[in-house]
Amino acid sequence: MIIKEIQNMTLCALKQGMKDKDFTSLEITEVLLSRINGLGATLNAFITVTAEQAIKEAKDADKLIATGKDKPLLGLPIAHKDLFCTDGVLTSCASKMLHNFIPPYDASVVKNLKASGAIMLGKTNMDEFAMGSSNETSYYGPVKNPWNLDLSPGGSSGGSATAVAACLVPAATGTDTGGSIRQPAALTGITGIKPTYGRVSRFGMIAFASSLDQGGVFTRSVEDAALLLGEMAGFDENDSTSVDVPVPDYLGGINQPVKGLKIGLVRQHFDAGLDDDNAIAVKEALDVLKDQGAVIIDIDLPNIELSVPTYYVVASAECSSNLSRYDGVRFGYRAENYKDLNEFYCKTRGEGFGAEVKRRIMTGTYVLSAGYYDAYYLKAQKVRQLISQDFKKAFEKVDLIAGPTTPSPAFSLGAKMDDPIEMYLNDIYTIGANLAGLPGMSIPCGFVNGLPVGLQLVGKHFGEESLLQCGHHYQQATDWHLQIPEQFK
Amino acid sequence: MLRRLQLSLNKEQIKYLAILSRMDIQDSEIKDVVDKLSRIVEFVDQLQAVSTEGTEPMAHPLEQGQRLRIDKVTEDNQREKIQLNANETNNGMYLVPKVID
Repeated sequence: MIIKEIQNMTLCALKQGMKDKDFTSLEITEVLLSRINGLGATLNAFITVTAEQAIKEAKDADKLIATGKDKPLLGLPIAHKDLFCTDGVLTSCASKMLHNFIPPYDASVVKNLKASGAIMLGKTNMDEFAMGSSNETSYYGPVKNPWNLDLSPGGSSGGSATAVAACLVPAATGTDTGGSIRQPAALTGITGIKPTYGRVSRFGMIAFASSLDQGGVFTRSVEDAALLLGEMAGFDENDSTSVDVPVPDYLGGINQPVKGLKIGLVRQHFDAGLDDDNAIAVKEALDVLKDQGAVIIDIDLPNIELSVPTYYVVASAECSSNLSRYDGVRFGYRAENYKDLNEFYCKTRGEGFGAEVKRRIMTGTYVLSAGYYDAYYLKAQKVRQLISQDFKKAFEKVDLIAGPTTPSPAFSLGAKMDDPIEMYLNDIYTIGANLAGLPGMSIPCGFVNGLPVGLQLVGKHFGEESLLQCGHHYQQATDWHLQIPEQFK
Repeated sequence: MLRRLQLSLNKEQIKYLAILSRMDIQDSEIKDVVDKLSRIVEFVDQLQAVSTEGTEPMAHPLEQGQRLRIDKVTEDNQREKIQLNANETNNGMYLVPKVID
């Protein structure tokens, strides 16, 4: 009985339960670890389970709780995407290249959440180096969608999304470069937020595309997202792009009314390409917000369809530069047979990287190479400016922008692996926020053919509060976020 | 002046990109790489048609400059811990194949 309750509980409910002495942190940890290793094993959501360490930390948390100590996340279990460096724990980025990498330090996100009392249950599976939208590029094999094991959970943070959706853990971290938090959150029926660029430190987050990458969270309620984001966000000396803006009390401010809130609906998002039933679910979600007093206004983002090609130039260019560090010398995979230093590099990188990563490195190398730099890279940075200005103009009229998170619900594993463009187009609604550095959130807003779909909310720079308030009010009026896949109830 | 852009890549160009990227591409992989990379290049080529006259390239999502810091040592020396990740070390040094004959 109690086991059933624990697995379905949110962070906020677990916190209250520990306070009321209904159960201990150790009991929560044991229930979830047994789910991860039992029922959850088929999902392939984890690369590493840190059971021993988690049990020790839970016992320590219980001791602190017994003495009346309190911390915002004390004794609460979470998982980290295997892209955040964890001191002494394998951090593979789901790549053969880092299959043996044990970081000597914690990422700032990991450090912050640890300091707030959170317990790490393990490291989650993902697309290799976060490059993918289906979690199929992982060196450790694809993650399965708990709503239907033949389907992809989306990517790149597919393991984190699946772990939260299947109630293996109440919350997990993720990263979002082009939609890697919001898209899997939508396809697995949970809440996922990517904050403003610079809001969460990138220190110790393995880099893919540095001007786009941003850490965030997956939870089963907006309230939990507010709690967790508040603890992980903040200025960090160690990240030169971290922004020194105070972190508001996200959780405390979540009940602010949405009456009068102006929500923009992007006309271009409802053009061809969007599944009809998905469009209906999004429009119905907006009706709910309208009933709560929000005002819906049609807006235009005229250049938004250029966001995908722009992204694939900028992100690939940054990736080719960032991934040049993997040379087999100081850490990571090293080839065995080579004649000289050049062959050593070429074999190490040729054998250590998977196909999608290689394609992106070569695309990036191409767009940055002599004679093509102006035509591709510089051009893309200019179009990025146009897209960013479109958002700026839109935000003169509205407080938030709403629309679908993805064009359709979850797709079959293998369905898009042969067509990179079709795979890339899955991120058509999410990429704009990364290019412009804006915060974005996906919350469950209905089902299409028995599969969850998401409502995306995009805010102004550092406008996380209004996203959370709006999402929280929506979840007070609906129960989409409370649905759990049958097999994992 | 823009050079005329190539919309599909051939095997030789892919091999050259692989050299620039210091990354072996096996013969068995090459057809797939040529095919997919050509599609990607064709796809991103739609950007050429966009008028960006007078538009400044965007270098930072928040239009922020580079923050500077005082140049002081902030890290402890933990060479041994760091080098646990290395494949081959000797006396605190990383070993690589012979570079100079």
